Amino acid sequence: MSSLILRTATRYLVPLLLLFSIYLLLAGHNYPGGGFVGGLAAAAGLALYALAFDVRSARTMLRLTPTGVSALGLMLAALSGLPGILRGSSFLTGKWMVAYLPGFDPIKIGTPVLFDLGVYLVVLGVTMSIIFALAEEES
Amino acid sequence: MNLLAAPIVIPLLLATLALLGMRSHRWQQALAVGGAALLVLVSFRLLFRVREEGALALQVGNWPAPFGITLAADLLGAIMVVLSSVTGLAIALYSVGARETARERFGYYPLVLLLLMGVNGAFLTGDVFNLYVCFEVMLMASFVLLALGGEKPQIEGGVKYVALNFFSSALFLAAAGLLYGAVGTLNMADLAVKIPAAEDGGLLTAIGLLFLAAFGIKAAIFPLFFWLPASYHTPPPAVSALFAGLLTKVGVYALIRFFTMLFPLEASFTQPLMMWLAALTMITGVLGAAAQHEFRRVLSFHIVSQIGYMIMGLALFTPLALAGSIFYIMHHIIVKTNLFLVSGVVHYLRGTGELKELGGFYRARPWLAILFLVPAMSLAGLPPLSGFFAKLALVVAGLREAAWALVASALAVSLLTLYSMTKIWGEVFWKADPTPNAEAAMEPARYRMLVWPIVLLAAVTVAIGFSAGPMFALAVDAAGQLANPSAYIRAVLGTAP
Repeated sequence: MSSLILRTATRYLVPLLLLFSIYLLLAGHNYPGGGFVGGLAAAAGLALYALAFDVRSARTMLRLTPTGVSALGLMLAALSGLPGILRGSSFLTGKWMVAYLPGFDPIKIGTPVLFDLGVYLVVLGVTMSIIFALAEEES
Repeated sequence: MNLLAAPIVIPLLLATLALLGMRSHRWQQALAVGGAALLVLVSFRLLFRVREEGALALQVGNWPAPFGITLAADLLGAIMVVLSSVTGLAIALYSVGARETARERFGYYPLVLLLLMGVNGAFLTGDVFNLYVCFEVMLMASFVLLALGGEKPQIEGGVKYVALNFFSSALFLAAAGLLYGAVGTLNMADLAVKIPAAEDGGLLTAIGLLFLAAFGIKAAIFPLFFWLPASYHTPPPAVSALFAGLLTKVGVYALIRFFTMLFPLEASFTQPLMMWLAALTMITGVLGAAAQHEFRRVLSFHIVSQIGYMIMGLALFTPLALAGSIFYIMHHIIVKTNLFLVSGVVHYLRGTGELKELGGFYRARPWLAILFLVPAMSLAGLPPLSGFFAKLALVVAGLREAAWALVASALAVSLLTLYSMTKIWGEVFWKADPTPNAEAAMEPARYRMLVWPIVLLAAVTVAIGFSAGPMFALAVDAAGQLANPSAYIRAVLGTAP
């Protein structure tokens, strides 16, 4: 498909979708959102890119293979359980630390974010591997 | 007790590492073999801890039971994890020798690791819903392993396998939902406390029967076993062996766990039903095997028949019978995996499993013949191998309970098992080769790589046979913990029941 309108719109939409997916990922701890839906939003962005341009450039945008992205996500999710063990409590216990940046409110960072990031990457990787496989079948 | 999470987390982490290095066969093989070896160490450590300290529990994420995710291990769970790790190690080594390079490229090793993760999770979880999740993890991995390669018979077997297992999962989920509705909890320790106090006995019996149907399909008991011989001979030998050794036994494990701790069989409606199922499973399995003339098909039907023995011990429901069942599982997982591995070597050498096209292996490869004889005779129950003691315990337990018909069928089936094993022995190893020089060339290094895991498992079989006393004592303790789960409940809930 080569539509000038779609291509031009995609250039603006994809960064917005990716930003929105990160917002969903980070907001998910207290508000609607989270790793799963964030990953889907990011996948929607990449799928749009693949539609407007071509699958190969979308693949290069992902850098890793879709399977690699999911594997990385799984690994992050599993590793997020380890800080709990190192601090002497159960596997997957949530551990938090507070980061003080000048000019910002204190930011709480914890292992659940890492777990959610893992979910985000797994969803992104799995969705992209399905979409790429279907799109390449067609062409 | 973070040790409990290790048999689940280790294969997960290694699978992700293997997925990231998909291009390198060496890397994947090293991860699979190293990971399986690590699992063996960890699982033995777990077994020793449980043997010393009694049941252990881990509240994942520090959320208290019965609300959070609970991992718990009593002796039965720890024994099962040891068995699955030993099988996993043998399969990983064998896969290196099998050199299914096309399949390796599509994630063979990560899938094997994920399958082990699901199996270990099922053995260690202390929660009915998480048991369901672990079953699904295990099934997803097994679906792909079964179909990987995409040969026509594989797809045909795979469709039956997937359809029936999905049906079983649906039953399982429905039963879990009903159980939650009836009792208000799915934590196994909590259930063991609350079910005896629940008023609606009829509903709980019905829920128990739903679980029986769900796990019965997965364990391949009569009359729900037909998916097994339809699918197990189709994938590559290493995958067949892994499935044959472990997957149905996860169903048997779930049956034992549920019908001792949660729905005790004693004097219930389910007990006579279970006895019938045990006898019919044994008989149909062995008769099916007698009618087959393909190496792996014969062995597949024997899985069904052997499952009958394990159910027999559960159905008799005396301490001795339960211990017999557990000992039977210990013996069976090792022996069955090994028989499939031997059939795989024959398959790689000759490209067929049809008994009438094979022959002359005793002359060509006498050591392989002896390595087949050890598990085969153990399966048939010849002393002093492990199968003899397993069957002895079950038969003695049956005689004490005056279950004459059940004991008679167990003995008759044992004889027919011997018939099937001698049939394979006669056709594949003893008779003259009908097509001489049909053997595919195989480098000695690869052959050795295939045979080492067989030697390992045969050694384990012999070791179980010669240390039957201590092994059986272990099984008796495991059965005692199931009959009286107060230590398990205390470990999980923190209070005495």
